[in-house]
Amino acid sequence: MSSVTLKNIVKRFGSFTAVHQTDLEIPEGAFVTLLGPSGCGKTTNLRMIAGLLDPTEGEILIGGKRVNDVPIHKRNLGIVFQNYALFPHKTVADNIAFGLKYRDVPKDQIAGKVQDALDLVQLPDVGSRYPKELSGGQQQRIALARAIVIEPDVLLLDEPLSALDANLREDMRVELKRIQDQIGVTTLFVTHDQSEALAMSDQIVVMSAGRVEQVGAPEEVYNNPASEFVANFLGASNVIDAECRAKNAEGAQLDTPLFGKVTLPAEKSVRLSGAGPAKLVLRAEKLQVMEEGAAPEGLITAPATIETVDYQGQTVRYFVRVGDAQLQALNMIDERPFEKGSAATVGFRPQDGSALAPA
Amino acid sequence: MAARDSSLGWHLIRGYAMAVYLFMFLPIIVVVLLSFNASQFGSFPMTGFSFRWFGELWNNEAILRAFRTSLVLGLLTALISTTLGVLASLALVRYKVPGANTISTILIAPILVPEVVLAVALLLFLNFLGVPKSFGLLLFGHVIFTLPFVILVVQARLVAIRRDIEEAALSLGASPVQTFFQVTLPLMLPAVMAGALFAFTISFDDITGTLFWKPGGVETVPTQIFAMLRNSISPEINALGTVMIVMTVGLPLVGAAIARQMSKKSGL
Ligand SMILES: Nc1ncnc2c1ncn2[C@@H]1O[C@H](COP(=O)(O)OP(=O)(O)OP(=O)(O)O)[C@@H](O)[C@H]1O
Ligand SMILES: [Mg+2]
Repeated sequence: MSSVTLKNIVKRFGSFTAVHQTDLEIPEGAFVTLLGPSGCGKTTNLRMIAGLLDPTEGEILIGGKRVNDVPIHKRNLGIVFQNYALFPHKTVADNIAFGLKYRDVPKDQIAGKVQDALDLVQLPDVGSRYPKELSGGQQQRIALARAIVIEPDVLLLDEPLSALDANLREDMRVELKRIQDQIGVTTLFVTHDQSEALAMSDQIVVMSAGRVEQVGAPEEVYNNPASEFVANFLGASNVIDAECRAKNAEGAQLDTPLFGKVTLPAEKSVRLSGAGPAKLVLRAEKLQVMEEGAAPEGLITAPATIETVDYQGQTVRYFVRVGDAQLQALNMIDERPFEKGSAATVGFRPQDGSALAPA
Repeated sequence: MAARDSSLGWHLIRGYAMAVYLFMFLPIIVVVLLSFNASQFGSFPMTGFSFRWFGELWNNEAILRAFRTSLVLGLLTALISTTLGVLASLALVRYKVPGANTISTILIAPILVPEVVLAVALLLFLNFLGVPKSFGLLLFGHVIFTLPFVILVVQARLVAIRRDIEEAALSLGASPVQTFFQVTLPLMLPAVMAGALFAFTISFDDITGTLFWKPGGVETVPTQIFAMLRNSISPEINALGTVMIVMTVGLPLVGAAIARQMSKKSGL
């Protein structure tokens, strides 16, 4: 188990820069997720750590040691690939034993370790089968077993669940997290699925176009996004123009054309440096659509017209017009949703908003 | 009516196909049949069933020598072509050498050039260098001529072996060389074997190039048959033809069966 550090890493392919100057710290034993849209450089970062790509600039440290010049087969990493990458000509047991052959594991202990790994991924009886005789989910478990049986310093997973169908993906997500907790290995997980990232990670690194947008715990990234991009990538958000009147230790006073005065608590206004233009970020789930004229205590409200109703069973997504802006609201419903075209009131608690400095 | 017309059309097509097959295979069938003919003359009617001509073959020193030459030549050609072909395919597919497309085209080109042209060109070139004809030259020619087939077959397979399987082996601690022998080679073995069989059979029944390249006094089975035909059409030739057919048709079939068996086991 080791920490991983990226220092000033840059990766260029020809004249195209896939990863811009990046610093990143993956603490020992942590589960860190790289999250971002397709093509933002997640795989490139992972492959540089793995030793499958050379960084153009910068240093990579594993357990405090510089590994830029250490080839992949000497880095002691466990890698799980998107398409499992099991050896099709070897049995499951031989697949798992593969890495042990290149380590000083006494021959008579190999079978025991393989069985332990099979038990860990809850497939104790498939050792003698060939990979193609297993389902996709089972193959991915074997790939995981093969990667962790060598007791790697770091576990690298590149979208390991994306080849599985939706239900299986959720089971595997829980399973993967359980195993990681149990063995406590430093883990770097790559995904473009925000719910995967939120559910599994100790820390999320949100990336966009080769740059790190934000690093933080899931709640932090979710509730207090560092940029408009982050706010919209993790679910839908409303970004509203505002003007910061004053900021002090207790919080910040914003003036918004849509909702009037809004007072944000201090932890939600850390991105403001003082009075001046600002943006108010309001997650769609935090914007409540209510009966026309409702004014519950503690909520900041504004009159609205419902423009679109997207009924999803347990929840409903509204697009509402407030003043000259269209806002999105994602609400739980117990009976029937509001009708399209009807007048309503929208409201939110000030502590559910967060502020951004304008870009 | 339309239905009847089309069924008539189908009958015509079927009949035509039969005729083509007959035209292609009848001579071969005749050769095989006549090789078992007891008669003195290599022609119909057959007078009885006999292995006599195969016995004569076995006692014909010149033919046996030609057979040994062909065998050694074919095996060496297969060995060298396959080794070179595997290495070339690896370089072209895995290591992205600069100009890979051009190199690939050049390596495949001998298939496209008429064999006579290739044969003469190589001969003239070596004449120019002052190298005399030799068994080595013959082997060299056969390797050039069979290499494209090996490369085509092996390359196709290598492209289909996913890179991440090799990367998985590397990440588990196998060096690049260990990865090649543990993962890449076993996965492309069916193609390597197919390539070797191709090379062997092509070499074994090549005549055009061989006529140009062989040194005096050395005969392969095809050139030996060719020489014998100049004198007379002996029934021995039918027997020899049958042996050739069995070798050049049977070997690839056996090879294909083994390859299928292997890939079934490895689940590909
Ligand atoms: N070998 C390469 N040569 C040139 N460009 C490359 C190469 N590998 C990646 N890129 C480019 O670098 C960028 C980042 O690619 P990368 O594979 O890291 O994206 P990603 O975040 O993993 O995306 P995805 O979610 O689709 O897997 C992309 O624009 C891609 O086209
Ligand atoms: Mg990727």
